[in-house]
Amino acid sequence: MSIFKKIFGRKSSKPKVVEIEKEEVTVEDKKIIVEEKEIKNKTMSEKIKFTIDGKECLAERGQNVLDAALDNGIYIPYLCHVRGVKQAGSCRVCNVKVAGRTMTACTTPVAPGMEVENNTAELRELRLTIIEALFVEGNHFCPSCEKSGNCELQALAYHYQMMVPRFPYAFPQKKVEADNSKILIDRNRCVLCKRCIRSFKDENGKSYFAFTKRGHKLEISMDKEIAANLTDEKAQEIMDTCPVGALIKKEKGFDEPIGSRKFDKQAIGSDIKSVV
Amino acid sequence: MAKKITIEPVTRVEGHGKVTIHLDDNGQVTQSRLHIVEFRGFERFVQGRPYWEAPVLVQRLCGICPVSHHLAAAKALDVIVGAGTGEGLTPTGEKMRRLMHYGQMFQSHALHFFHLVSPDLLFGIDADPAIRNVIGVAQKFPDLAVQGVMMRKYGQEIIKATAGKKIHGTGAIPGGINKHLTEEEKQSFLNGPDPMNIDKMIEWSHAALELFKGYHKENAGLIDSFAAFDSSHLSLVRKDGALDLYHGVLRAVDKDGNKILHDVDYQDYLKYIGEEVRDWSYMKFPYLLEYGKENGWYRVGPLARLNTCDFIPTPLAQKEFEIYKAYTNGKPNNMSMHMHWARLIEILHSAEMMKELLNDPDLLKGDLVTKGEKQSEGVGLIEAPRGTLFHHYEVNKDDQITMANLIVSTTNNNEPMNLAVRKVAEDQMTGQAEITEGMMNACEVAIRAYDPCLSCATHALGKMPLEMSLYDAKGNLVDKKRS
Repeated sequence: MSIFKKIFGRKSSKPKVVEIEKEEVTVEDKKIIVEEKEIKNKTMSEKIKFTIDGKECLAERGQNVLDAALDNGIYIPYLCHVRGVKQAGSCRVCNVKVAGRTMTACTTPVAPGMEVENNTAELRELRLTIIEALFVEGNHFCPSCEKSGNCELQALAYHYQMMVPRFPYAFPQKKVEADNSKILIDRNRCVLCKRCIRSFKDENGKSYFAFTKRGHKLEISMDKEIAANLTDEKAQEIMDTCPVGALIKKEKGFDEPIGSRKFDKQAIGSDIKSVV
Repeated sequence: MAKKITIEPVTRVEGHGKVTIHLDDNGQVTQSRLHIVEFRGFERFVQGRPYWEAPVLVQRLCGICPVSHHLAAAKALDVIVGAGTGEGLTPTGEKMRRLMHYGQMFQSHALHFFHLVSPDLLFGIDADPAIRNVIGVAQKFPDLAVQGVMMRKYGQEIIKATAGKKIHGTGAIPGGINKHLTEEEKQSFLNGPDPMNIDKMIEWSHAALELFKGYHKENAGLIDSFAAFDSSHLSLVRKDGALDLYHGVLRAVDKDGNKILHDVDYQDYLKYIGEEVRDWSYMKFPYLLEYGKENGWYRVGPLARLNTCDFIPTPLAQKEFEIYKAYTNGKPNNMSMHMHWARLIEILHSAEMMKELLNDPDLLKGDLVTKGEKQSEGVGLIEAPRGTLFHHYEVNKDDQITMANLIVSTTNNNEPMNLAVRKVAEDQMTGQAEITEGMMNACEVAIRAYDPCLSCATHALGKMPLEMSLYDAKGNLVDKKRS
């Protein structure tokens, strides 16, 4: 009988029996717990085998395809994902193909023997299309953006050699929220990835940011009380976490010279490729 | 029979321009106008943006002299962040900006003279446009063409080292600069292999000046009279009256050299300068308020700067300045084509200034930025290659720009350029029944003396996209030529 069945059986027992059994199985219970831990440790140490574009990879049990790929030195492009933060699957840039189906790598757990397609012409084209759509949906003017050179959307456009979007610009009417003392919210540049909402929470678990409005008017907003009490360090952390230039630490424009910005030094994803 | 002649396009001044010339029944010029027919809108769409974006955003007005807009905006924002005007920056902040600016002046003037103007001087205004271009210069005068290209390159490399990029960099930030110069860069600019070192640049600047002076000696009649007219002149000068292209006080002199604007603080420019709007052009007409719309207009640029300043604070340029001033007996020079002479003296001065700055240890170390009590308004002026450039911003309590007013150099020269075109039209077209290529180019030569942005397309490939049409009083087309 498996341990899981034993445990299940005890839980379903009647109280009296349980009491007797509890008395009786206390020693045995300890043995079971020890045995269970051993099995669990054994399971964790046994990584799952799967492949990305035919290359054999190993993943932790329960790990998503994106994190597993990064751990195996394979770059799957992404915008909304932050390691260690609950995945959202909102940007769709990390689309991969498994068994003929397209799915987001950040929200798909690795399964044993899974065959993932990543760097294929079809997926590159799909990702480029998504990036182009993100550009035309907002008002992205890289030449005068503080995040230029540190912007992941811009870096991805370079990565996929986007020359110009194929779609008509939407030129949406978006508002700049400038009345916070430390953070400027420029919704023209927001790609609604939810990184800020998922990444920044106070001690009670309350998020600094939230979505407001609906549909095509959906936008991020910041808690006014939290915004009023932000430290410089936290404001910088927020700016660095935003993949685009939607959240800007005030008065922080262009103090980093061209040539020293993140993607001046290294193209996006090139650091991952060097990890084997 | 009354006629109307239209030259369109005259290629770019912030976009697009055309010239119309009206002739009466006797073939006399009754009116000539330089129309700027494209609206840019930078003053409007910068509104609502955070102020620190302005130096990077507004420089996109131009691809030839973005550094001037970049620095003028940064100077206005220095005031807003409480760093004061000009003298308020750290030594490193100010000197790095100055180096950037003199590099810009050097490369832009080199482009203007070698690439755009020299074909007219070397081949003549009437020459075949297939030869009268920078490629023609490169074929017939290869050494000169190489000098022009390499001088421009040197200036561009200085800009890259100080602003981060050759075109549309980000170096100047409110209250200072975002980088130092490296020792390696400094050594490369000072002692790089020929020709990319500062001594060679000074030598070539001298040679270009001698080339012009030689040409002038042989063609004094043309150079002295072409599009010449009296005017007032305005520019920044250093407080002691020296030529200073980065910072100073506002001074204007009349055609005889009398001061009509007495070294005023440019933060108060609105007290002295107004702008008139005329319904036939998108470009405004600035004028000195005290002298009114009719008489208050003035010239800016190299000619004006050498008319307003008392001396040049570098030895070689000062020597040339004395020769230049002696030609007009110390009086203001009102000859449009002498703009090129003045420009070449400024190239030499810029090279000398770069050498002085490159030897300054403050470029390599020291604080980059300074800030103080925030202000709601700031004005930044700089002497751009084409003349005095005004940037004025107002900012709300949330750091957003609420008002921007830009008076660019070409706008300051609007009335003078119109007058130069009229002068040429009167000389070249009065009583003429047919349009010639030389007549068309003569109009452009006059404009080109002030601003190369009008002529870059016409000279770049030798194909002048210029059309001139002759209409009778009823609007019927009687002649049309396109080169």
